[in-house]
Amino acid sequence: MTALPLILTVFVACAVEAIEALTIVLAAGLTREWRSTFQGMAVALVVLAAIVAALGPTITLLPLTALRLVVGALLAIFGLQWLRKAILRATGYKSLHDEASAYLREVAAAKAAATSSRGRVRDWYAFTLSFKGVLLEGLEVIFIVITFGANQRNVGAAVIGAAAAVVVVAVTGVLVRAPLAKVPENALKFAVGIMLTSFGIFWGAEGAGVTWPGNDAALLVLVPVVALVGLCYTVLLRRPQGVRPASAPTSASEEVTSS
Amino acid sequence: MRRLKSIGAFWYDFVVGDDWRVAVVVVAALALTALLVHAAGANVWWLLPVCVFAALGWSLRRATRS
Repeated sequence: MTALPLILTVFVACAVEAIEALTIVLAAGLTREWRSTFQGMAVALVVLAAIVAALGPTITLLPLTALRLVVGALLAIFGLQWLRKAILRATGYKSLHDEASAYLREVAAAKAAATSSRGRVRDWYAFTLSFKGVLLEGLEVIFIVITFGANQRNVGAAVIGAAAAVVVVAVTGVLVRAPLAKVPENALKFAVGIMLTSFGIFWGAEGAGVTWPGNDAALLVLVPVVALVGLCYTVLLRRPQGVRPASAPTSASEEVTSS
Repeated sequence: MRRLKSIGAFWYDFVVGDDWRVAVVVVAALALTALLVHAAGANVWWLLPVCVFAALGWSLRRATRS
């Protein structure tokens, strides 16, 4: 696989996570206090950097076959989670992830919370909200970067894709100063679920000793097949119109972990 | 101890998510694939995709029935 598909796959996956982190940071910053929000974000980034420093070199030391088996299994399980949720949302069995309403819930919770300071942090609520949001979404970014980068022996290309996604989302967020509600996030999640599952199947089976027909070209068939299966399940399970979807997450923490 | 438990719960939720059965099917399918490839010499490239699609369908069916 050349670097471009790797960069594009990581870019899309990480953009989805960055959009969710941006929603939380904006809610904390605009309704509470920017300084504490940035402190929370900075501490989360330091923790994430430490995780990358610890995990990155270790995982790339593994033999390629073992790495593909382990990472393939993890990616397939992780990707199926995304795909399952995306299909349940598309069929009406789970409420659609809506950044605008998520933002309003975060804002309401942030306005209701009391202000308390701890040490150099003036607003502990803004700090923890921002820290938690950036850390949790950042962990998913790291997972994607390390698994894709290590498997292709090209962590640099994966980092470029992730960094580009974070920069594009952050700059757009600064410019519009609002959650990126117009991004078709549920469709993006469906696409990312397909990519993660496909790569997981491909690498996992290779790690188990399989030789794919056509070698790397098998991915060109596998990705559309996974997409087709996902779409078929969506059509088969679609709820009749007028049936109310399952209740939406109501708290900030639920929203953070519901991606 | 409580902190260790919460870290474990976080990583379980992060990787495995809502339906542990999907994870079990994926791991079992990979183990069976490795066994068939190395012990029987069969290039069963189709086995993992079939198991993954079946696990997804099974999990969706359970979720939409509950």
